[in-house]
Amino acid sequence: MSSNFGMVTTRREEAEGFLQRMVSRGLGWARKYSLFQYPFVTACCGMEYMAISGARYDVARFGAEFPRFSPRQADLLMVVGTINQKQAPILKRVYDQMAEPKWVIAFGVCASSGGFYDNYAVLQGIDRIIPVDVYIPGCPPRPEQVLDGLILLQEKISAQTHKLIDHAPPEMTVDGKRDLLAGGMK
Amino acid sequence: MAKQHDIPVEARPDMLEAKLPTKTMTLNMGPSHPASHGTVRFNIELDGENIVNLDPEIGFLHRGFEKSCENVSWTQCLPYTDRLNYVSALCNNFGFLSAVEKLAQIEIPERAKYIRTLGAELHRICDHLTATGATAMELGGFSVFFYAIEARDLLWDRIAELTGARLTTSFGRIGGVERDLPEGWIQKVKDTLDRVAELRDEVASMLVHNRIFLDRMKGTGVITAEDAVNFGFSGPCLRATGIDWDIRKSQPYWVYDRMDFKVPLGTHGDNFDRFYLRIDEMKESDSIVRQCFEQMQPGPTMIEDWRYALPPKPQVYSTIEGVIGHFKIVMEGIKIPKGECYAYTESPNGELGWYLVSDGSGRPYKVHCRAPGIPLLGGVEHMVKGAILPDLIPTFDTINMIGGEVEQ
Repeated sequence: MSSNFGMVTTRREEAEGFLQRMVSRGLGWARKYSLFQYPFVTACCGMEYMAISGARYDVARFGAEFPRFSPRQADLLMVVGTINQKQAPILKRVYDQMAEPKWVIAFGVCASSGGFYDNYAVLQGIDRIIPVDVYIPGCPPRPEQVLDGLILLQEKISAQTHKLIDHAPPEMTVDGKRDLLAGGMK
Repeated sequence: MAKQHDIPVEARPDMLEAKLPTKTMTLNMGPSHPASHGTVRFNIELDGENIVNLDPEIGFLHRGFEKSCENVSWTQCLPYTDRLNYVSALCNNFGFLSAVEKLAQIEIPERAKYIRTLGAELHRICDHLTATGATAMELGGFSVFFYAIEARDLLWDRIAELTGARLTTSFGRIGGVERDLPEGWIQKVKDTLDRVAELRDEVASMLVHNRIFLDRMKGTGVITAEDAVNFGFSGPCLRATGIDWDIRKSQPYWVYDRMDFKVPLGTHGDNFDRFYLRIDEMKESDSIVRQCFEQMQPGPTMIEDWRYALPPKPQVYSTIEGVIGHFKIVMEGIKIPKGECYAYTESPNGELGWYLVSDGSGRPYKVHCRAPGIPLLGGVEHMVKGAILPDLIPTFDTINMIGGEVEQ
């Protein structure tokens, strides 16, 4: 039996029983319909981001209409637009500041793969620095595509295992102290 | 330890004031800030709430556009121009093409000129709607934003019918435009413009009577006409100071000399004038589009010079000249004569200039874009120095700096 980060666990906790599965599904249901997003908007795709938050396409129908501009209050990082070499460390820092559980959508081809900016300046896809859950192609994607990507993410969230308490190991430095700046630019 | 008699007995006036020696504070705003559209970072030195110094830092959206253009053929530069000012791609497309045509000394057909004019004006309305809606949103008027975006979406539907894309159009080719107007499109656009006019007036009426909005816009971000000229301002920001300078009037291109329109002017050069001028310009653009529909005659939309335009397919399949023309354009790119030129058009934010150098091959030797946003961003420090921090938000909104074109 593995020690769960210093917590005492029993076989009952490790096994995923019926009740836990129900809890997980309940949490998944709640989480997928209440995504607080952090729109990391840099470029052209921002125009389509405006369109999906507008009345016609209305991302609010999917429970993801609430942009939080503090990463600490967000669950979903939407990377909207080109990320270049100068912007990349900032994006990494924003992602690291978000609390678990968190998800990432790469909005448009620039965020997904660098797009047609295959040159010295542009990061060739944000998955080189942060993990990505859903890639939305298009330059820029149509709003319908974005909503489809959001639904895909919701399906993914509902299929994941959720726990009432998420334990994550604290990031330790070599001398065993808690590194308060973990995730910052070093 | 101080003795009792060391303390002065009488209270002097200066002793009764709480002395709070303040140091200036450096605040870092951006590059991902909720109240600024466009990725730019401001290093702000604050004394209390007043701005002592402001240093805008760009480069967060540098995408190597000018260098990328040197690696592709002249026609393939077009998608890069879409993504300069992505709110009004058609203005960029046609501006770039006009510059290339100036270099090649091509005169495009009449109908193509009309299509370029009306396309550019439709996107000018989109750009101003976005600027106005975003300004209102960032000052807290969220519902205004919805009305503006609704109007913009309606126009984008028409743009999509014309060009095939909502936002990044890549429409137009060297020597004209790629295709003619779709069937029944003119009436649809007229109906759409009627609805957009209603929404635009609703946007304006919600804002111009709003006390909070007026307090934040009037008298803030002021720049005098002389300073605006010295900073190199153009477009709505220059006209808001009262200077009558519109390239569509002063150096007419395409068919602007046949259009009857006014150039709205401001008087104070403050944020409110810049905002209201955009509302007025949308009305003028609306009228220009309708005039284009009245005046335009059927005819070709592309020149018939196979060095620049792709020959029609029947010719390609049946004649040797057609095959050669098609092959040379597709394989080598359009050969623009050796030389250099500077050409400019009035984009929604001001003078969009193109400096092009051709070495006679199928690819540009150098493409430089004179983006209207750079001088505007340079002037921000002057406009908000000494003002309070919240004044920066409407000022940055109304100059409407677009990251894509400023970062080149």
